[in-house]
Amino acid sequence: MNLYNLKYKMFGERSILIEWPQEINNNILQNILSFKNELKKIYCGKIYAKNSYNSLLVSFPNKINTSNTIFKIDSIYKKLKYVKKQIYKCWEIPVCYEIEFGKDLIFLKKQLSIDIDEIILLHTSNEYKVFNIGFLPGFLYLGGLNKKIHYPRKNKPDLYIEKGSVGIGGGQTGIYPNESPGGWNIIGKTPIELFNSEKKRPCFINPGDNIKFTPISKKKFSLIKNLVEADEYKIKKTMIND
Amino acid sequence: MIEVIKTGLFSSIQDKGRFGFENFGVPISGSMDQFSYAHSNKLLNNKDNDAVLEITMTGPELKFHEKTKICITGADISPKLNNKSIGLNFIHFVEKGDVLSFGKIKYGIRSYIGIKGGFLTTDVMGSRSMCLNVTNSFRIKKGEFLKFKPITEIKKNSYVSEIENFDHFKNFKIKVYKGPEFNKLSENQKNKIFKKEFTISNYNNRMAYQLNEILENKLEPIISSLVMQGTVQLTPSGKLIILMRDNQTCGGYPRILQLSESSINTLSQKYYGNKIMFEII
Repeated sequence: MNLYNLKYKMFGERSILIEWPQEINNNILQNILSFKNELKKIYCGKIYAKNSYNSLLVSFPNKINTSNTIFKIDSIYKKLKYVKKQIYKCWEIPVCYEIEFGKDLIFLKKQLSIDIDEIILLHTSNEYKVFNIGFLPGFLYLGGLNKKIHYPRKNKPDLYIEKGSVGIGGGQTGIYPNESPGGWNIIGKTPIELFNSEKKRPCFINPGDNIKFTPISKKKFSLIKNLVEADEYKIKKTMIND
Repeated sequence: MIEVIKTGLFSSIQDKGRFGFENFGVPISGSMDQFSYAHSNKLLNNKDNDAVLEITMTGPELKFHEKTKICITGADISPKLNNKSIGLNFIHFVEKGDVLSFGKIKYGIRSYIGIKGGFLTTDVMGSRSMCLNVTNSFRIKKGEFLKFKPITEIKKNSYVSEIENFDHFKNFKIKVYKGPEFNKLSENQKNKIFKKEFTISNYNNRMAYQLNEILENKLEPIISSLVMQGTVQLTPSGKLIILMRDNQTCGGYPRILQLSESSINTLSQKYYGNKIMFEII
């Protein structure tokens, strides 16, 4: 694995912020996630680490000596070139793109001058990379939306967006894991729960995974929803190696 | 069990926090003022992660259906047991049928009701801290029953505790470290931050405290990046937002300062109109 020139910054009294070059790409993400995993392994669950597009935040339980800690974790990074790439999963997320669920589809069709079928095709043909999970519990920051269906978020956010709604906001697409206010244009809805605090693994997707949307009918939507509520739905997944 | 007769303005069960799920977008949460929270558990000889009831400005009215010991710490919201004033930072024995209520606020805004053995409300992902979108409810509800383990001993004596640290409430100096984007500020901005008095706006809650004053801002937004409890963000309008316990896990505003752990506790006892000043460590 290639190494980057990292910047280490003290962040408060017990955290170190590690920064990669300010670009959004998959190689950087893989590098960050491998480093995160390695640190977690070496510190045996005694640290907390979270990542974003270009950075990793490592927090210790107590006050740290910043320069010693940076020296130690950088020496772990230097050994990363011998670490094998991790294997990630691609999750298939069923989405119903009926007008009833995709309340802004007609608006987008007019604004983008693209047929609804074409919007659905463009939205479902790519795999998307999960760069980060945040903003709301289970909210995925996805990369890879086709440029033809980029559309700015609304100036005045909607007060109520249903749980499971799939939307487009600028160059991003995403799923609302819970009902919430929001400014994205809604094109469909998934019966899958992205976050459920009562489950052993509240969020089954991890940063680094891919997701792919598959179009389903309204009937299939209710069938899957029923299975999800009964905790009997198995989400389709495949292993990826990119 | 404790029966919630009145909820008060905003009362929620809290502990140290919910750790290990931040990379799934789950805030750490936990007691806003960890200093006063820890004090209550310490006096009760509880475990240091036992759950308490955090109350804000207007206290609740609670009826005990079993015997226990309680200890109230943090802000002074004039606690009363069966309408008689009781002291803060003291252990009080509570009998079946006793009613705990509150009165006028004297100092601070967040008070902690600790109970022997801690509250035994639902544990969600390793914590009992209530939080929007994570637990079923994010505050206690009227008519709700809160579980705890009753005690059998009947001793009527109270223990005098260590004196509360009043500096914690009077202190208006908020100690900070430089944030990751601090060095992108102009000299003028840097000077202003440490010379100016800032006022807490009416937008202040468990998620964040916004300050009223404007700091001229020409910084570019950053790629959505990582923030923590106590991170001070500079918004495009020039207002400062200090993230608190239920903060979002990432954000796109420049992170100019980072509060020390103890200053997050100090700030959490401040409210609308209070003045603060930043002091670099």
